[in-house]
Amino acid sequence: MHHQDLLNKKFEELKKAGKCGFISFITAGDPDFKTSYEILEKLPNSGVDIIELGMPFSDPMADGPVIQKANDRALKNKMNLKKTLDLVKKFRKKNKVTPLILMGYYNPIHMFGVKKFINQIKKIGVNGVIVVDLPPEEDNELCIPIINNKIHFIKLATPTTNKDRFKKIIKNSSGFIYYVSITGITGANYKSNTKLETEIKNLKKLTKLPIAVGFGIKSRKDVNKLSKNADAVVVGSSIIKRVEDAQKKKYNKRKLVNYVLSYIKNLSFSLK
Amino acid sequence: MKRNTYKSLPDNSGHFGKYGGRFVAETLVPLILEVEKAYKSFKKNKNFNKEFHNYLKNYVGRPSPLYLAENLTKKLNGPKIYFKRDELNHTGAHKINNTLGQILLAKNMGKKRIIAETGAGQHGVATATVCALFNLPCTIYMGEVDYQRQLPNVFRMKLLGAKIEKVKSGSKTLKDAMNEALRDWVTNVKNTFYIIGSVAGPHPYPEMVRDFQSVIGYEAKEQIKKAEGRLPDVLIACVGGGSNAMGLFYPFLNDKNVKMIGVEAAGEGLNKKHAASIAKGKLGVLHGSKTYILQNTDGQITEPHSISAGLDYPGIGPEHAWLKDNKRVEYVSVTDKEALEAFKYCTKIEGIIPALEPSHALAYLIKKARKMPKNKVVIMNMCGRGDKDIFTVAKKLKINI
Repeated sequence: MHHQDLLNKKFEELKKAGKCGFISFITAGDPDFKTSYEILEKLPNSGVDIIELGMPFSDPMADGPVIQKANDRALKNKMNLKKTLDLVKKFRKKNKVTPLILMGYYNPIHMFGVKKFINQIKKIGVNGVIVVDLPPEEDNELCIPIINNKIHFIKLATPTTNKDRFKKIIKNSSGFIYYVSITGITGANYKSNTKLETEIKNLKKLTKLPIAVGFGIKSRKDVNKLSKNADAVVVGSSIIKRVEDAQKKKYNKRKLVNYVLSYIKNLSFSLK
Repeated sequence: MKRNTYKSLPDNSGHFGKYGGRFVAETLVPLILEVEKAYKSFKKNKNFNKEFHNYLKNYVGRPSPLYLAENLTKKLNGPKIYFKRDELNHTGAHKINNTLGQILLAKNMGKKRIIAETGAGQHGVATATVCALFNLPCTIYMGEVDYQRQLPNVFRMKLLGAKIEKVKSGSKTLKDAMNEALRDWVTNVKNTFYIIGSVAGPHPYPEMVRDFQSVIGYEAKEQIKKAEGRLPDVLIACVGGGSNAMGLFYPFLNDKNVKMIGVEAAGEGLNKKHAASIAKGKLGVLHGSKTYILQNTDGQITEPHSISAGLDYPGIGPEHAWLKDNKRVEYVSVTDKEALEAFKYCTKIEGIIPALEPSHALAYLIKKARKMPKNKVVIMNMCGRGDKDIFTVAKKLKINI
């Protein structure tokens, strides 16, 4: 089975069941390798349909303060791309069914080597990649080599994307479209509006790819509202905020992991 | 591309060879495409060029003089040394050439708010100045570390009506200020124009900033022809992101007998803390373009160091990276210490207090001049004045003022 199929199958299942998928974002190595592995391992049993794993970067330009801090914590504990791939490898030994997507910025991948990166993610079973600073204009860098290797390259569409632009975006996209609900950075306040519903509906006229909506989604109310139109919702900053809060409260590892997971369950189970 | 020209880039995709490009979040792409389109039509527009040059003349005070530094020439007993005196511009540096061009573009595009990043504060001041002139609200992002070491410029910006956002993330210097400005831009993409201060960032910025700054080189070319009846043998300029150097070099790129030297900041030494992206950086992607970047083996950006806040940046404009590969420009570096010596020397013998940035170019010039024949002609870009640096220099010399 190709790596792309696992993700496609998941969206088919969700569609059949009439459900909206729950995608959780965590940063690899936040706050450290071991703890983030324990969180990662338990995500599938916490109602997470698709896992998005952040590859830490020193200069995350599209991220708000919460994810910036997560990157800093991970980097401080010597996290890097190689160890991020180790984390996935460890996860895949036990779990072969939950789709896993890597998300990050291009520079660490470029430094690691595009060819080496693709060979390794293929081997360890990564199902897709999102790179924030690689728009369609730079498809030759990574997108096309990845698609040629039958791994999904997921692109973002935003409120600034018009119809022509969207057509350009979907040209070399696969897996799903990540619709950024706001013009802004991760963790900003999501404003529920009727415009968003129209925007999603309009996008669906132009593509058969599932649409996942993310950025600034924080509450059960947000999740439920979006689930009516989106094929999946992505929650990131508010999950990672729990790591930050747990550290502030000086929780031990077990308590931190539970604190994060209970929050995820609270959101994800509202979709089941 | 025709082999006999160095001036035809970037290509349509915004690349200088393998460098440059548009590595930004999708939210920004429609906007930078819009900026590109607006700039393309502006570039050809007679009225725009007339307006731009009118402001350069009557507001900035251009052309800046080309001054034969006689004392320095005599002392070094080498080539004739000319300073292109962009430090005499309004606001004290070359930065205003670019901010004027960009704000005219922003105004034409109907943008209602301006943002900018700043390191030394020169670009911040130049941006705040044109925002005051055109009555547009502006927010300047400045790393907390730079904020503390450039307080006079902070105060100037405040007087000019700018809002200053202290950036506390990362290394709290220029690169973090740029990250934060990009975050602001993503958030306020509809009404805001980002005035980038160097030949860095996504296409079309490296091209646009170069074009606005190339007034330096075009003037110098005319002036030296008048003074010497010929073109210079060598051009020297300091390089952080590289806007003053591109401005001086660009008009001469096809004059193959003119040698060009870009001087990077070697900080405490190339094997210690420095900001020499060309000498020690590796190919990567930061702030929208592919170029040489100071980074570790994991591809994480490392913290640069230079005594000069304006050179304290971990990347280099993509066109410089391309010119380096093509060996059209030679890139060298000098340390904090050498720059400081040149700063003191120039002040004493020429009565010109240079900024710490061009002090780097000066330091290399002083070294090189001693080995050059007397019949050669050199132009150095005196791209900023040193008033802003007196506190940094005093501290370094352990003097209380």
